[in-house]
This record gives sequence, structure tokens and C-alpha cells, in this order.
Amino acid sequence: MIKVSGLVAMLTLLLCACETVEPWERGTLAKPEMQWETDIMESRLQGQVYTSKEAASGGSGAAGGGCGCN
Amino acid sequence: MNVRHPWLLLPALLLACQLQAATVKEGDLAPALNLPLLNTVNEEWISLESLRGKIVYLDFWASWCGPCRLSFPQLEALRQDFGAQGFEVLAVNVDEFEQDALEFLEQVAVSYPVVRDAAADSPAQFGILGMPTGFLLDRQGVVKLVHQGFKRSDGEKLRVKIVKLLEAPQ
Repeated sequence: MIKVSGLVAMLTLLLCACETVEPWERGTLAKPEMQWETDIMESRLQGQVYTSKEAASGGSGAAGGGCGCN
Repeated sequence: MNVRHPWLLLPALLLACQLQAATVKEGDLAPALNLPLLNTVNEEWISLESLRGKIVYLDFWASWCGPCRLSFPQLEALRQDFGAQGFEVLAVNVDEFEQDALEFLEQVAVSYPVVRDAAADSPAQFGILGMPTGFLLDRQGVVKLVHQGFKRSDGEKLRVKIVKLLEAPQ
């Protein structure tokens, strides 16, 4: 019992080290160099083509019916 | 209460310390706020208390936030239209660097007061969950609307709310 509670205490202590980034602290994260894609239009276009060719949509955020016309 | 392992309470206490302050909701009295004006040479301070008696839109913003940029011209238009009737906008900047905010204001000039909270205590106090977040306060300082984010159409929705509050008996 002591072992289990010790483990729980240790895990909780570790969790205490987790810090959330508050909405007003996201200035650095909002910088262009911090984005996964350098060109958002280009990535959207690629996502559109990809979902059309795969005949599936979702996951990447781009819509498409599979006809490649949208 | 008989606690067998009192040391187990320590992590719980530490976690409790990390919990956020409660979010300010509609119907709550807005917490006190007193901050220095951003775009002044001599440091002037403005408080929410000093705006009591007016309908106030308290806007938390940062220069890096896209919807904030969208909101500024619309808030300025609302202020121009209803300022004489007792409506005021108080913008609270939470940028890490003051220069970023000043450069933003050079591009998007506004006539309403912009204060700066370098320590970012006030957004934590109001418990904001996204940028921008606005709090529409009535003449008594009670929160009537919490507005998170900003879309192009939101200006008109705000206008309706402001007119309603301005027409409400004092």
C-alpha cells in the first residue's frame, strides 16, 4: 500500500512540473518561423490535392469530395 | 481526521497552487484593474473604477494575434458612434515587448485608451482562455457579455448589445 501511494505521490509530483502556456504567452509560438508550414496557402493547396487524390478528407483540415474539383 | 500518510497531501497542495483563477463570467462584477497607459510620455494610469458609469468594452489583446488586428477598427468605429452616449473601450495589451504593441498601434491607430499589463496579472485574474477576449461591462461594472475571438461579423453583434445596454434604465 505504501509502495503504491509512494508511486502515486511521485507521479503527482512529476505532474506538478507540467506547465501550461497561457493564451497571452503565445507570442513566440505565433511567429511565422514557429509554424510547421512556411507557406499556409501552399500547404492548404497541397492538403486539398492530397485529400482529393486519396478520396478521403479530414485530419489535415482541408475539405474535398474526391473529384479534385473543389 | 486521521491521516495515515500526511506527506501525500504535499503533491495535492502543489497541484492546487497551479490551478487557474476562476474565469470571470456574465453576471460577475469585473475585478478591479488599474494599469498604465501605453502610448503616453508621462506615465498615466487608468482604472476600471474611473470608467464606472459608462458602458465599457474591456479588450485583452496582443500584437501577434490576428483576430485582435481585425477587432481594432471595429471597436474604434463603435467608440466613435457611441462614445458621446457613454460607451468606452479599454484595451489591455499583454505583449511581452512593449515595442511590439507600439508598432502595432502605429499601423492600427485608435482613439480609445490602451493600457499595458507587462506582468499579465489581469488576464490571469479575468481567467481568459483565448486571444482576444473582451468583456462588455454595464454602468455598474457588471459583466454582460464575454466575447472570445473576433470575426468580421462580430462588430455588428457587439453594436446590438451596446445599444441595448445604453438604452437600459440607469
